[in-house]
Amino acid sequence: MMEPIIKVDHLVKNFGKNEILKDISFEVNKGDVISIIGSSGSGKSTMLRCINMLEEKTAGEILFHGKSIDGLKRSEYRSKAVMVFQQFNLFENMTVLKNCVIGQREVLKRDKEEAKNKALHYLEKVGMLPYINAKPKQLSGGQKQRVAIARALAMDPEVILFDEPTSALDPEMVGEVLSVIRSLAGSGLTMLIVTHEMTFARDVSDRVIFMDGGVIVEDDTPDVIFGSPKMPRTREFLTRILSQ
Amino acid sequence: MFFESVANIWNKYGGSIMGGVGNTMLIALIGTVMGLLIGLINGIIRTVPKSKNGFIRFIQSLINFIITAYVEIFRGTPMMVQAMLIFWGYAFASGGVTLPLIPSGIFIVSINTGAYITEIVRGGIISIDRGQFEGAASLGMNHFQTMTRVVIPQVMRNILPSVSNEFVINIKDTSVLNVIGVTELYYYANSAAKQSYKTFEAFAIACVIYFVLTFSITRLLRLVERLLEGKKNYTIFGSQTDPAAEIHVKEDE
Ligand SMILES: Nc1ncnc2c1ncn2[C@@H]1O[C@H](COP(=O)(O)OP(=O)(O)O)[C@@H](O)[C@H]1O
Ligand SMILES: [Mg+2]
Repeated sequence: MMEPIIKVDHLVKNFGKNEILKDISFEVNKGDVISIIGSSGSGKSTMLRCINMLEEKTAGEILFHGKSIDGLKRSEYRSKAVMVFQQFNLFENMTVLKNCVIGQREVLKRDKEEAKNKALHYLEKVGMLPYINAKPKQLSGGQKQRVAIARALAMDPEVILFDEPTSALDPEMVGEVLSVIRSLAGSGLTMLIVTHEMTFARDVSDRVIFMDGGVIVEDDTPDVIFGSPKMPRTREFLTRILSQ
Repeated sequence: MFFESVANIWNKYGGSIMGGVGNTMLIALIGTVMGLLIGLINGIIRTVPKSKNGFIRFIQSLINFIITAYVEIFRGTPMMVQAMLIFWGYAFASGGVTLPLIPSGIFIVSINTGAYITEIVRGGIISIDRGQFEGAASLGMNHFQTMTRVVIPQVMRNILPSVSNEFVINIKDTSVLNVIGVTELYYYANSAAKQSYKTFEAFAIACVIYFVLTFSITRLLRLVERLLEGKKNYTIFGSQTDPAAEIHVKEDE
């Protein structure tokens, strides 16, 4: 049995007195595409942010290749488990190309030429090559998110954490971003995707995790989760969201 | 009569007054640039995330306290008094050795301006979206990289008008440095007044020069700001004379 890339082990996160994540455990193996679903406020973002160390966990362990992330060099670890945000968070002061180069230069210490080529390679992959000299504010939401994905890919991460990558987009732009992520899933990249796009989750995921009230209610294949969920809460959630 | 005596003073003292203008501009410019540097460094230090280590956290709080104290003290006392205290304080501590005047003036204006710009930078950093910090952090960039590559460049654009304003204030306020004998514009105007017994005429000249300096530099800096902001045209559609016609102001990209 191969060692998981990420193992979340009895993770607890409190904000003040509120227990937001209560004893979360699951594993991410190489090549896994895992969708995380659940209603707003159930703790999905907080969990991803704990994995990316944007939030400090209260208790439990997050292991990266078997080692606690607390003991790892933060910058090095983050560059291997990068995050793509709902609000894109592109650097407003940089061009599209620079956005995809800066992390490689500053964190991975790649030389200019290599960083640029890598950036161009991934910008082409997401279809943003014609826009390399544009600034983020000149782009549409869908274009911004595709650049953000290229920026993440350029770091050559082992895992990409997507936090609702299409929730801030106008409906007509959701498709272009989902199709990029779909093609990444096909290429064997390991991904955790928080999403409200149920069709997408069912089609691309190896596993689907349903969260509610800070716990993982169910963690299974998309066939089981969407076909015959074992837990009543999962069924309830899906009935509610699919009827919308 | 008035103009004749102004002309006389100008002929006699114009050269030294213009030398004073040079020093005034030198001190104001370097003082503002150094003040900006101080403000940015303080901004980077103040936003360092709190360490988990108790001792380091204590040091961080101490440094933050020192920065706050610096800002409050230098903003809460007149620069004229600061100049006396620093210049003569050094002489007192060194047993009578005084510092060279122009560098002293630059030093005083720098730390005074630094206090104001520290607060300006603080506001500038607060106004930057948290997502900019998180975007950088999520890729593995450390605090210093995040601040110097992502945050400060954006802060600079936002605070440029305030910093320009500090520069213009400094052009005027270097005049207080004459209390320690710095040979800037006010100093030479004052000596011209003393030597010629034409105080009104001498300071009329100084006043005109100060105004020409600040007015032209204000315009110049505004132009620079506009250029840095990039293309921003406002096209007005509709009629301003006919209230029934709606006026659309469109921001072109
Ligand atoms: N920084 C924070 N401080 C306090 N409470 C927070 C913070 N971030 C999130 N929460 C709370 O944690 C809960 C889970 O939030 P979140 O992880 O964003 O949920 P989801 O992503 O599933 O919508 C919410 O009730 C939210 O109000
Ligand atoms: Mg969320």
